[in-house]
Amino acid sequence: MAILLLADHDGQTVSDATARTISAATAIGGDIHVLVAGASADAAAASAAALSGVSKVLLADDAGLANNLAEPLAALLVSLAGSYDVLIAPATSVGKNVMPRVAALLDVAQISEITEVVSADTFKRPIYAGNAIQTVQSGDAKKVITVRTSTFAPAAGGGSAPVEPVSAAADPGLSTFVGDALSSSDRPELTSAKIIVSGGRALGSAEKFQEVILPLADKLGAAVGASRAAVDAGYAPNDWQVGQTGKVVAPQLYIACGISGAIQHLAGMKDSTVIVAINKDEDAPIFQVADYGLVGDIFTILPELEKAL
Amino acid sequence: MKILVTVKRVVDYNVKIRVKPDGSGVELANVKMSMNPFDEISVEEALRLKEAGKATEVVVVSIGPAKAEETLRTGLAMGADRAILVETDAAVEPLAVAKILKGVVDAEQPSLVIVGKQAIDDDSNQTGQMLSALLGWSQGTFASKVELGADKATVTREVDGGLQTIDIKLPAVVTTDLRLNEPRYASLPNIMKAKKKPLDKKTPADFGVDITPRLTVLKTEEPAGRKAGIKVGSVAELVDKLKNEAGVL
Ligand SMILES: Cc1cc2nc3c(=O)[nH]c(=O)nc-3n(C[C@H](O)[C@H](O)[C@H](O)COP(=O)(O)OP(=O)(O)OC[C@H]3O[C@@H](n4cnc5c(N)ncnc54)[C@H](O)[C@@H]3O)c2cc1C
Ligand SMILES: Nc1ncnc2c1ncn2[C@@H]1O[C@H](COP(=O)(O)O)[C@@H](O)[C@H]1O
Repeated sequence: MAILLLADHDGQTVSDATARTISAATAIGGDIHVLVAGASADAAAASAAALSGVSKVLLADDAGLANNLAEPLAALLVSLAGSYDVLIAPATSVGKNVMPRVAALLDVAQISEITEVVSADTFKRPIYAGNAIQTVQSGDAKKVITVRTSTFAPAAGGGSAPVEPVSAAADPGLSTFVGDALSSSDRPELTSAKIIVSGGRALGSAEKFQEVILPLADKLGAAVGASRAAVDAGYAPNDWQVGQTGKVVAPQLYIACGISGAIQHLAGMKDSTVIVAINKDEDAPIFQVADYGLVGDIFTILPELEKAL
Repeated sequence: MKILVTVKRVVDYNVKIRVKPDGSGVELANVKMSMNPFDEISVEEALRLKEAGKATEVVVVSIGPAKAEETLRTGLAMGADRAILVETDAAVEPLAVAKILKGVVDAEQPSLVIVGKQAIDDDSNQTGQMLSALLGWSQGTFASKVELGADKATVTREVDGGLQTIDIKLPAVVTTDLRLNEPRYASLPNIMKAKKKPLDKKTPADFGVDITPRLTVLKTEEPAGRKAGIKVGSVAELVDKLKNEAGVL
């Protein structure tokens, strides 16, 4: 069995999500080749080569691959697919964008966001916002898979796989990159953070969100998350949304502040090791999943908590 | 320009679903069904483009059981011009849905297809990307803003690190994210009017699509549950528990 794993990277290093996907690929079993596609991505390729379990890194270095546009990236994956039984990627925004395109071009189903490898052709995946878990068996000769990385541990370092150049496929020229507006922050990344402080609609404004949530997060060295309501209202940027349609996280400690606990939000955080909920409504559904609940007003509790740490 | 919008009938987002005790699936009898929320956003976007004079016709399409007609009527009541129901009682996987949609696109020749990012039942997040691939078109997924020009669309996309803006050549497939717009409600008079709007019925066979599933569902089970813990009385108690009981601080 040969597995082609599409790495997620920033040009410098492959992401934590990539390292976790290697663990999923290892569970499937077989030779794991990691594809690093981008422009000037040698450093990222070198970081992939150092992950244990990787037998080869393929580096596709091409200006047309700089921005992860779906069409040229899918064309590249399809051009390489012939030698592989499994094509796998983390369910990041890049993986979710490109892998279904690859699957359709190969005329196979995609198995989205697997949380467990049962055997080489059988996987578990959540449906209905994680309220049911399906076990599915694939009958396709080639398997296209995305991985919900929060349920797999990152592969260790210490590897030394060879890096081999591959050429980009012809760019169909259907889309062009215009610009990015990426949030920059020194805080840990949401999907790999050990602690997350998350704020909901109760914060009431972007100013209050910053005033009350951020100092507590910084004191804890935590990442910051938000409910959809907080993001929709503009209190927090879109990439902080945790939930069914946002990011799925499983930190050691998740502190939900002024979040009611809608099923769509729970879908993104209920696998956290310890959940703390702070809410003034003692009947808020979030308390049904919280290990420690504190009933009260976040505007008095959170500053007090920050001081007590 | 014509816009095609896909709408799926799914369990309403407010319903807490139950897994059947025998593991054969999810209990769907007597459960409230609605239009997939992302598809409401798609319909709204198409209607706004029409109202802005950038589109001339909005066609809604659904693949599903006879009852999916209700979902299409909701789209018509919101303001879509006509509907196409591709009727089947089988569960259709995203790849087969995309193949059927390609058949509809070949027949209808829209310049833009707006698809939801994700169906909230199967949580696949595949159909739009697959349709785009089968058509050989460009794709603008997870859109929070769409500006339609004559031969291209500028799409702002929600990505892991923030936002990305791309230009995509038309014809194109766009998939909608939550922040694209706030869908309107259908008014009572429009609900009445929608009953008379044209609705065509087709079958997957009309498009020559084999809908045999590629994946076999071996089992459907409840997730490992989480029990409610305890309520603490003060910040001091919380910090103590986190340090000394949970050991996470
Ligand atoms: C298709 C779809 C996808 C969705 N995806 C997501 C998703 O990915 N993530 C997500 O989060 N949601 C998602 N949602 C939205 C979800 O259904 C809820 O609407 C949302 O999670 C509610 O956010 P909230 O808890 O912040 O707000 P609310 O439900 O309004 O809760 C606010 C809470 O704050 C408490 N409160 C108010 N003031 C105070 C105070 N001063 N001190 C303490 N507590 C206070 C209230 O008691 C209440 O419990 C989705 C919905 C749909 C339809
Ligand atoms: N049976 C269907 N009928 C109409 N549209 C569908 C159907 N299945 C999926 N779609 C569309 O594809 C989107 C994504 O679905 P999925 O890929 O299943 O998550 C949905 O929001 C719909 O717009």
